[in-house]
Amino acid sequence: MATATLIETTFRDAIHKCIDEEMERNPDVFVLGEDIGRYEGTFKVTKGLWPKYGEKRVIDTPIVEPGFTGIAIGAAMTGLRPIVEMMTMSFSILALDQIINHAAKVHYMTGGQAKVPMVVRGPGGAAKQLSAQHSHSMEGWYAHCPGLKVVAPATVEDAYGMLKTAIWDDNPVIFTENPGLYTIKGTIPDDKDFSVPFGKAQILHEGTDISLVGYSRMTQVNLAVAEELSKEGISAEVVDVRSLLPLDTDTIFASVAKTHRAVVVYEDWRSGGFGAEIAQRISEDCFDDLDAPVLRVGGLNVPMPYARVLELECIPDVKDVLEKVRRIL
Amino acid sequence: MAKSANLEHPQTPAQLEEFYRQMVFIRRFEEKCNLAYRQGKAGGYLHVYIGMEATAIGWNAALKPGWDYVITAYRDHAQPLLMGADPVKVMAEIMGRQGGYSHGKGGSMHIYDIEHNFYGGWGIVGGHVAMGAGLAFAAKYREEDRVAVCYLGDGASNAGVFFETLNMASLWDLPVIFVIENNEFAMGTRLEYHASDTHLYKRGEPFGIKSERVDGMDLFTTLEDAKRIVDWVRTNQRPYLVEVMNYRFAGHGAADNDRQLYRTKEEEDENMKRDPLARLRKYLVDKKICSDEKLEAVEEEISDQVEKIYEAADASPFPDPHEVYDHVYSDMAPEAGH
Repeated sequence: MATATLIETTFRDAIHKCIDEEMERNPDVFVLGEDIGRYEGTFKVTKGLWPKYGEKRVIDTPIVEPGFTGIAIGAAMTGLRPIVEMMTMSFSILALDQIINHAAKVHYMTGGQAKVPMVVRGPGGAAKQLSAQHSHSMEGWYAHCPGLKVVAPATVEDAYGMLKTAIWDDNPVIFTENPGLYTIKGTIPDDKDFSVPFGKAQILHEGTDISLVGYSRMTQVNLAVAEELSKEGISAEVVDVRSLLPLDTDTIFASVAKTHRAVVVYEDWRSGGFGAEIAQRISEDCFDDLDAPVLRVGGLNVPMPYARVLELECIPDVKDVLEKVRRIL
Repeated sequence: MAKSANLEHPQTPAQLEEFYRQMVFIRRFEEKCNLAYRQGKAGGYLHVYIGMEATAIGWNAALKPGWDYVITAYRDHAQPLLMGADPVKVMAEIMGRQGGYSHGKGGSMHIYDIEHNFYGGWGIVGGHVAMGAGLAFAAKYREEDRVAVCYLGDGASNAGVFFETLNMASLWDLPVIFVIENNEFAMGTRLEYHASDTHLYKRGEPFGIKSERVDGMDLFTTLEDAKRIVDWVRTNQRPYLVEVMNYRFAGHGAADNDRQLYRTKEEEDENMKRDPLARLRKYLVDKKICSDEKLEAVEEEISDQVEKIYEAADASPFPDPHEVYDHVYSDMAPEAGH
């Protein structure tokens, strides 16, 4: 098998490159959102697209998430393939009615007559001191809803390859980008047909003593935890879930069957977050394999505060995960 | 406001008879739906179009079949029937059967016939309005001369997303026509109790959208208004807002059994005089376009036709339980089990 050349890039640039390539490939693909054109996007993901494709396909919208999301859904029902940028996923709360009550149900309610090939993407989770209204992790809210697909990549390669899959998918896809990941570096194949399928978790660090299960930026935290533990001779396996809906329980369960212990790590509020769902799945299906209760590490159950010291208190870090690991090892 | 209906009309006798057939058909179809509901053959929420028929017929006549887009809320039986939908599949959907357009997963509020460009069939008041503009957006994006007609009720005209959509439709020159079917009640709340200004057409004006109020109970003026406005939108590639004054004779939904909670019998009787069906019938007889006997025969024929539609729909089986997982996604099954 011929191996494609690898390109070094960042999480942000990988997303940009993917959108650019797909707009070039398919005239039905267009992007819309707040300040994504002339202003180049709040996180600069869409930089350069407006000069290249013009205002017909790179659309600066008014600040009205329900309205422009609804327009995207209507357009998608006729076969266009909109990519909706949420300035932050926190703002997608305004568009929940359009996304959940409309987009997610179109295929079902029409009995298969219509599809919504739409991607809703944007930064999800805490950035830096954006405080309570701009720091939500929304993926768990969406992963609750049948009809949506929800992905949360943790690596540069997955950001590129999973966005390809998202844009090609005929169903509405929520693609969440933790803002803390935008600057991480990595490689992607020099192949615009490259893609990463949904519904496949991956093992990013093999181990035998405990499974650290997470997604998005928490996978990076888990990798750092595994590094720490290895210094103590503890072998942790890092399971990067990356696709929440559909969820690849096989890979998670296989890891737990091997390690007999699991800690699930997620940035969302601990109570009712998606990590709680993963923990319960492990408890239900791997009961005989487990040597200890499945533990969770989630964000503190408080609105995200502004002061950096308080914000850092809320977001799970290496120390928080290590503490839970030590409780069951 | 409405011009007099007492005009010399451009329609041929054959066209007029066809419009009468359409109107009788919708009336009988909807009466059958109400009956099916009372007999337990249809469930959930069911909203009939009785009294408002002239609006959908007049606007449908102005559209290019198979080309222009239509979307509406949950009072959604008339539009697809007029646009070429199979009435058996519409009735079967209302009855929750496998043979329905959505195989029994939509019901009365969620009728779709995408093949004929009828995009539903939506249950969240105001929620579909942005999607209606999205249909027009798609037409413009593809440089096609389609127009999108987006029906909404007077109740939906208060929704925030409606105003957001008016702004974008104007800003982006979308060929969408917002048809506010002002039947004077947002469910059971009278217009004066829910709208700060009851002249709903004015809601388009701040956005630079051409806006007007028309009579929706008179077929002839509706035919004229709709053609004029659809042609204007197609030519000028701009949105339009029309407030269509009509009145629903039935309750909000089939479960609305006590209309006197929010309106008087006298008011209803007064509005019954605007009945588009009775008026069209009288016109056809008075002008000697059709004889009374001829129209009676048409009515009988359509009643039989609706009966056969109902029987055919009733013969369709209920969905098989395993179908519950179909069409959640286009390419995969959701997780099974409780």
